[in-house]
Amino acid sequence: MSVSGSNPRALPWALVTPALAWTCAFFVLPFIAMGFSSLTGHEGGGFTLANYSQFFTDPSYWRAMVNSLEVTAIVTVISILLAYPFAWILAEMVPERWQRLALMLAVLPFWTSYVVRSYSWLLVLAQNGVINRALTGIGLIGEPLQLANTRFATVTGFVHFFVMLLTLTIFANLKQLSPSYRKAAADLGAGPVRTFLHVVLPLTLPGIMVGAFLTFVLCIGDYITPQILGGNNELVMPQLVMLQIGRRGDFPLASALSIILMAVVTIAYLACARWLKIERA
Amino acid sequence: MRAAVRLAAWLYAIAVYGFIFLPVVVLVLFSLQATSFPIPPFTGPSLRWYQAVLSDARLTSALVNSLMVAVLSSLASVTLGFLSAWGFARFVLPGSALLRGLITLPLTVSYLIIGMGLLVLFNWAGVPKSLLAAGIGHVVINLPLCFAIIYSQMGDHQINIERAGRDLGAAEWKVLLLITVPVMAPAIFAGFFLSMTFSWDEFVISFLLTRFETTLPVEIWNLLRSGLNPKTNAVGSLVFAVSIVLVVFFELTLLRRKPA
Amino acid sequence: MSAPLVDIRNVSHRFGQLPVLKDVSLAIDPGSYTILLGPSGSGKTTLLSILGGFVTPSEGKVFIRGQDCTAVPPAKRPTTTVFQDYALFPHMSVGGNVGFGLRMRGIDGATRAAKARDALALVGLAAAFDKKPHQLSGGQRQRVALARALVIEPAVLLLDEPLGALDLKLRRQMQDELKAIQKRVGTAFVHVTHDQEEAMALADHCVVMNDGRIEDEGPPERVYARPKTRFSATFMGESTILAGTVTEARDGIVMVSTAVGSLSLQGASPAGAPVALAIRPEHLVLGDAKGDVALGAGKVGDVVFQGSFKRVLATSMLDPVLQFIAKAPASATVQAGDTIPVSCNAQDIILLAD
Repeated sequence: MSVSGSNPRALPWALVTPALAWTCAFFVLPFIAMGFSSLTGHEGGGFTLANYSQFFTDPSYWRAMVNSLEVTAIVTVISILLAYPFAWILAEMVPERWQRLALMLAVLPFWTSYVVRSYSWLLVLAQNGVINRALTGIGLIGEPLQLANTRFATVTGFVHFFVMLLTLTIFANLKQLSPSYRKAAADLGAGPVRTFLHVVLPLTLPGIMVGAFLTFVLCIGDYITPQILGGNNELVMPQLVMLQIGRRGDFPLASALSIILMAVVTIAYLACARWLKIERA
Repeated sequence: MRAAVRLAAWLYAIAVYGFIFLPVVVLVLFSLQATSFPIPPFTGPSLRWYQAVLSDARLTSALVNSLMVAVLSSLASVTLGFLSAWGFARFVLPGSALLRGLITLPLTVSYLIIGMGLLVLFNWAGVPKSLLAAGIGHVVINLPLCFAIIYSQMGDHQINIERAGRDLGAAEWKVLLLITVPVMAPAIFAGFFLSMTFSWDEFVISFLLTRFETTLPVEIWNLLRSGLNPKTNAVGSLVFAVSIVLVVFFELTLLRRKPA
Repeated sequence: MSAPLVDIRNVSHRFGQLPVLKDVSLAIDPGSYTILLGPSGSGKTTLLSILGGFVTPSEGKVFIRGQDCTAVPPAKRPTTTVFQDYALFPHMSVGGNVGFGLRMRGIDGATRAAKARDALALVGLAAAFDKKPHQLSGGQRQRVALARALVIEPAVLLLDEPLGALDLKLRRQMQDELKAIQKRVGTAFVHVTHDQEEAMALADHCVVMNDGRIEDEGPPERVYARPKTRFSATFMGESTILAGTVTEARDGIVMVSTAVGSLSLQGASPAGAPVALAIRPEHLVLGDAKGDVALGAGKVGDVVFQGSFKRVLATSMLDPVLQFIAKAPASATVQAGDTIPVSCNAQDIILLAD
């Protein structure tokens, strides 16, 4: 339905053009620049596929991608498994009037700085940190465990963040569910377990998929957590990218690696695109 | 049996709360450490590390920089996001779905890649690293967010309210100022607030696009090179406190208001 | 009557490929209460949007007070709309809402407040001036929307299913008030509804719409008593419909052959033409024939008690396709399963070209 105005053609474009222009200038154009850059050599010169072939032939680069995917998959699965029951308890067992507070508390550390949060885990997991001191203190272990600078530390830091994020999204999903569904299932003879398996879980699955995708995207692209907690023993893709520009100033290779990383995310996006539509309420 | 399940559930919830709060409690506790290492045993309480933070000119100027970048980039994000959401919600535009997709596309790309792209582009165009460059990057990540939030709240009822305004004789700019903006205020404010917190906390884009003058997360990152240090705990606790104040403020002002 | 206030000439409209209005012409007199009645999808709301200026028709013209307003935006035409969801500005007080149109016309605050108070008093809400819309009930919001639209003294007030969101009792009450307010202010009202009772209660001029066309229009009494088409006979009130064929036409009298026998009626259809005969429920006589036209026996299928009367559904014994819909007194003893004679008076049979 068209809306009449003094200049009905010009107004809508005047509204949407600034945002589109911004996105083109500072998102699309950089991407194109990165694409061109990835096809040149480190020392300048003409067109080359060397940067891409380096990724596909050098096993240490491959390894970074595999590490990234492994860490991301582990983090996503553990986070959902931890967050779903937690969100369920908040939504079902906590009395209605306390729910807001309980949820706010559950995601409070979400608002600490991302860098600081990873650092805090370092305090907990360090050689002489809280956990090792506690364990040696009660005599459970003789020597401190190597917790920091491991994949375990990276995963712990990630899971901490994503449990909060997923609790939020799953909680919202559970609350949106009309109680009538559960009443109807109970009325038709389903016990609590079967009601959950056949009604609640399938209905919240799309929400879980959105959360899982969000986890995937944020996790696979994150540099801070693996750098602070995982250290340099086992590099993931973002660390590899940063290494190219930090130490060696090799923008073309960094560009190529970024594009490969983004291609992986895009494939994941296409795989769950049907659950991720942003629609008007 | 039922009671056992309930007990298990509560224990589980407490355990998850414990996991969530463990690092934060450790962070804040050891920011009050009297000695030079933020590790057990606890030797405080002492405020000496807070004094150290507040007398550190690099940290305080980084804090001011961060606030400035956060406020300005969020204003730009919310303005561009609101105008485009309004345009797409009110008018039928050719290729609308595609263009909306383009605006929200940066949401699916990691900050690292957005920062990399801008770095390559600015490097090629000869734009020097600066807070402005980082601010531009923050608008790239927050514009789609503001757009999505505001666009999702523009329903048919809002359209009718605007029509009523036009019907009663308001010119287009008056409809915008007197009706649309006030009615959409919760969504606009939510977009602004989220942009603020994301920009305030953003590290990798600022890290890539600033050099001498930089933002607080980058400055904290620099502190980490000195290893475990109660000063880092102190500055981290301060940042946390600021965020909590913002969140509580947001919670009390905005979310408590019931829609009409 | 003088020249029409609103003159809609040959208006057609399409949404994309879908035609929603097909060559509609309609005149609206000053001070009249016009009802656009029809089922959803009949085009009535689109016609109202075209009058309000929210939609520009694909073809045709709209004249208001003799001026071509076809493409004039809502702000610049002498109409105001009361929206179905009221569209009150949630961030403004009731007084702010009602004064908005005056504010847009540059009228000073004091005058604005005074006029807004008058308009609120007119709709019986003088006390609500400082309240916010969300503090009001549905019926009160409806009145505020009405006051807001009336205060700028439009030539035509457009109401889009204004009572649709209210419960039945409130709807009937608001209906009476709407009529009273319309008579008091003398503004022409154009009101869209799908509720035929609302239409009959309110309209000076009733326009029955179906499938993008005007099926019938006129005073509601006439539209009810002598509907022009089969659609209007069944949409505006119920009717028993008898299909038949004209066997003989002479001197304004026709003979119609139907499943229940041959009937002689006043009418002008040519011999051989298929026709439909409509009979209103209150005109069907059940039991030992009192009407002058016998319609055969019917087997009662259902009796629905409606309070002041009983609605009786019966199937003709002569033609199982023929369904009698009759209104019996509340005291009637007729029951489902009974077989009873059905009759009516010839003057009550409405002849419709099929």
